[in-house]
Order: sequence, then C-alpha cells, then structure tokens
Amino acid sequence: MFELLGIPPQALFGQLLLGLINGSFYAILSLGLAVIFGLLNIINFTHGAQYMLGAFVAWFLLQYLGIGYWWALIIAPIAVGITGVILERLMISKLYHLDHLYGLLLTFGIALVIQGLLRNEFGISGLPYSIPPQLAGGQNLGFMFLPNYRGWVVVASLVVCLATWFVIEKTRLGAYLRAATENPTLVGAFGINVPRLVTLTYGFGVALAAFAGVLAAPIYSVNPNMGAELIIVVFAVVVIGGMGSILGAIITGFGLGIIEGLTRVFYPEGSSVVIFVIMAIVLLIKPAGLFGRAA
Amino acid sequence: MADALAQQRPAAAAASPLLKVADLEGWYGESHVLHGINFDVREGEVVTLLGRNGAGKTTTLKAIMGILAKRRGSITFDGKELIKLPARAIARLGVGYVPEERGIFASLSVDENLMLPPQVKPGGLSVDEIFQLFPNLRERRTSQGTKLSGGEQQMLSIGRILRTGAKMILLDEPTEGLAPVIVQQIGETLAKLKREGFTIVLVEQNFRFAASVADRHYVVEQGKVVDMILNEDLDASTEKLHAYLGV
Ligand SMILES: Nc1ncnc2c1ncn2[C@@H]1O[C@H](COP(=O)(O)OP(=O)(O)OP(=O)(O)O)[C@@H](O)[C@H]1O
Ligand SMILES: [Mg+2]
Repeated sequence: MFELLGIPPQALFGQLLLGLINGSFYAILSLGLAVIFGLLNIINFTHGAQYMLGAFVAWFLLQYLGIGYWWALIIAPIAVGITGVILERLMISKLYHLDHLYGLLLTFGIALVIQGLLRNEFGISGLPYSIPPQLAGGQNLGFMFLPNYRGWVVVASLVVCLATWFVIEKTRLGAYLRAATENPTLVGAFGINVPRLVTLTYGFGVALAAFAGVLAAPIYSVNPNMGAELIIVVFAVVVIGGMGSILGAIITGFGLGIIEGLTRVFYPEGSSVVIFVIMAIVLLIKPAGLFGRAA
Repeated sequence: MADALAQQRPAAAAASPLLKVADLEGWYGESHVLHGINFDVREGEVVTLLGRNGAGKTTTLKAIMGILAKRRGSITFDGKELIKLPARAIARLGVGYVPEERGIFASLSVDENLMLPPQVKPGGLSVDEIFQLFPNLRERRTSQGTKLSGGEQQMLSIGRILRTGAKMILLDEPTEGLAPVIVQQIGETLAKLKREGFTIVLVEQNFRFAASVADRHYVVEQGKVVDMILNEDLDASTEKLHAYLGV
C-alpha cells in the first residue's frame, strides 16, 4: 500500500473518521448552544449534563423498560427537552432581567448537581450500551474499514444539523426566531408570544444535546462525566465559530473535529490542545468568531 | 370631512371613542416621563401627537402598545382596558405599531419582514395590495430587510402592519429623514388608508405633512397633553403652535 508522508492510509482515514465522529458531536452540541444563546442570551452551561442525560435516558429505557435504541433516539430528546422546558420556566426565566453572569452560574450549578447525583448513583466506571443490531458490523471500503454505527452517527448528525438550519433559516417559525433574537420587544408587539418561543427554543436546544447523547451512548460508555469532558471542547468550538451563528456552529463543529483527527495523525502530542490553540488565535484575530457578527 | 364620516358611523360607535387615553403616566425605570396624558381618537380618525423633541410622544405610543414596562392610568381601546395587558395581547386586539426606528429585521428578507406580524383580525390587506401601495418593495422581495433605503424600510414597516388586519395604527414619525417625494408617497398612502376606514395615531414633527392628513392635533409638552387643535383651525393657530413647538 502507498503511504502518505510516511502515514499508512488506514491510520489516516481511521483518524479522519474519528475526527468526523467527534465533529458530529461538536456540531450538534454547539448548534444547540448557538440556538439557545441567540434567543436567550445565556450560555447554557447545563448543555453537557443534558447531553449526558440523553445517554442515561436511553440506558434507563433499555434497562428498566426494555425500550431499545431507535425509540430511545426519539423518546430521550423529548424527555430531556421537557426537563429543559421546566428548568427554563421555573428558574432560568427568572434571571433574564439580570446580568448574563447569573444565567451562567445557574446553569453551571445545575450541571454540577445533575452530574453529582448520577455519579453517586452509578459511579464513574461507565455503563455499557450496545450498538443496535441493525447497525452492527461494518463495510470494507478498500482503503479502510468503516463500522456501520460510526457512519450512521455522522449521517444522522449531518441530517439533524441541516434540518435545524433549514427550519431556522427558511421557515416561518425560523423567521419568528430570528426576529425575536434581534428585537424581542417588537416581535411581542406584533402579537407573538415571545416568552413561549423562548421556552420552546430552550427545550429544543436541550433536546438536540440529548439526541447527541443517545448517538454517543454506544460509542462512549454511558458515564456521568461524559458531558463535562466534552462540553469544554464544545465551548471552544462555539467561541471559534462565533456565538449565535447557526451555520457557523455546524461548519466549525465538523471542521474542528477533522482538524483534531488530522493532528492526531501528524502530531499526536498536539491533538488534545489544537482546538484551544485555534481558539486563542481566533480570539486574537477575530474576537466575534469566524462566523460571528461583531456585537 | 370628519363630520361626514361621523354621520356615516352608527350612533353608538360615534358616542364612545375607539381609543381613550386617560391620566396616562409612564416611567423608564425611575425616570418619570409621562405625567398625565389625556386624549381620544374616534374610529376612522387620523389624529396627530405634536410636540418638541423629548416631549413624550414616542413614549405615549409605547405605553399604548404595552411595551413601556411601567405605566399607570387608563387606556381603553374598542371598549377594553389595555393598561394591564402585555403587548402581544394588545396587538391581538387589533392595534398595529410602526416604530420610530422602523424595526426592520436584518436577519430577515423583505418578504419575511412583510410576513412576520401574524394576522390578528380579518380584513387585512393582501400582499398584492401592499405591493400596489408600495411598488418598490415588490422588486426587492428577496433582499435583506436592512439593505433597503430608508424610505423603502418605512414602507415595509407600514406595509407589514397593514397585512395584519389591525384597525388602529400607531405611526411614529414615518417621514423622518426621508426625501420629499417619498414623504409625498407616504402621505398619499395615509390618505388612502383613512378613506378605507383605518384609525391612525400619528406622531409627526413635519408640521405640514401632519396638516395634510390629520383631522385633529394634540400637543404634547413635558409628558402632558396641553392642547387640542382641529385641523381646520390650524391656520388660525399657527402662532400658538409655533410657540408650542419652538419653531
Ligand atoms: N429608553 C429610555 N430610557 C430613559 N429615558 C428615555 C428613554 N427613551 C426616552 N427617554 C426620555 O423620555 C422622554 C420622552 O422621550 P420620547 O422618546 O417619548 O420623546 P419624543 O416626544 O418621542 O421625542 P422625539 O420627537 O425626539 O422622538 C425624553 O426626555 C427622553 O430623554
Ligand atoms: Mg419620538
């Protein structure tokens, strides 16, 4: 087999695929954060915990009710989304008139509580969740072996991201959302129920996180810390893409996943910091982010 | 003209005004800006609020629309008390708002801006009728809302409210900063809307423009309504008005 810069192609494509998988999670999670930040103006620090809850709900469904992966992919985002709606109504909405910092502290605190409770109950060794039988096995593409489930994660993430983009940029509901992001007072003066729109948007952003959590369950084990580790990187992705930019979040998410994968091939020592290095550079050159509008 | 219209109206409607603002007070935070605004508007009337910069005209419209958070007094529209209602409920009763800054959304196309306000009452203008009123908008449907010229943005801001079926429209300085030919076009539009029975509360600095469309004028000074002048008496009251407005 040929080699590229001394790298065997299997290793290269393997890392590229891994990068794409990570990028899928970065994209869905930063998309949810961007949607929430756009309308609510809070940085949802509970996002990682809500992603983890998605995975746990899938595990609960299987463990206690015998409900499998495909139903979990629908039920878990709805269930966790509803907890998001309740959280927004009961707590977050009380903070809109205060500085952003309070929303950040509240959502961060809630994340710690959720993670702490689950850690107490289930420890941190991780619970297994197996790949659905329909997606077991893989394809030999000649230049690499593609596990079916990993291919599915990339496709499903892309579809969900593009569908979200479409709804926000191309539909009437999305126009309400964009308008309310710009000028909620005026949108309210047109007769639109902006508080409800805000609540549902938060619920939707949370549901996206939970969806990613279910996708992740068979890849990473279901673990109370799984969100806390991932979300730090996702925040960096959001900073790089620019807060509040929908397409920016998607492109940056996938792009940085790939860059991270390539770094792992060519300079493995740098793979865990490359995203943060890019973040620092972007902050210096274009503080609003690659796709962000300067405030 | 106002009298002719009044005779066409059923007696009950003529007896009670469509909008009645009584002892309206308003605040921005701690700052007390409206100190007792009193005026009323009959159905089908065009009434202006005149006054110097900072007199409280915009704030009065915001209070009627329900977007001034702190307000007190009484605002009745179509027999319903608005003072405790949120803005969205007031809009749903058929009050349309065209803000001073026009409020065109940058993240929405012209079409999306036009379609944004939901229909609140039957009988609004169709999109086609709006494009007949403002032909410029038709060619720019897919442009970004804020890429329009100032005049076009004003037309869009008015046009989108006409779609909703709102019967009363609060218009805040629609001619501000616009070229004379556009001012004229907006004036013709208002005259046409009046003929079609819309009720309009117009805030205006352009005195001659106000005189060309309105039935009556209220003078606002330091958060109070201090005078009312019929349009037909306007010529006779020029001196008094100049004193009020400081022109
Ligand atoms: N957002 C705000 N916060 C605090 N004070 C405000 C605010 N908006 C307006 N004011 C003050 O309230 C008073 C009335 O303002 P308002 O905008 O109603 O005046 P106006 O009659 O519409 O003036 P103009 O002709 O300049 O538009 C002014 O003294 C103004 O400085
Ligand atoms: Mg004003």
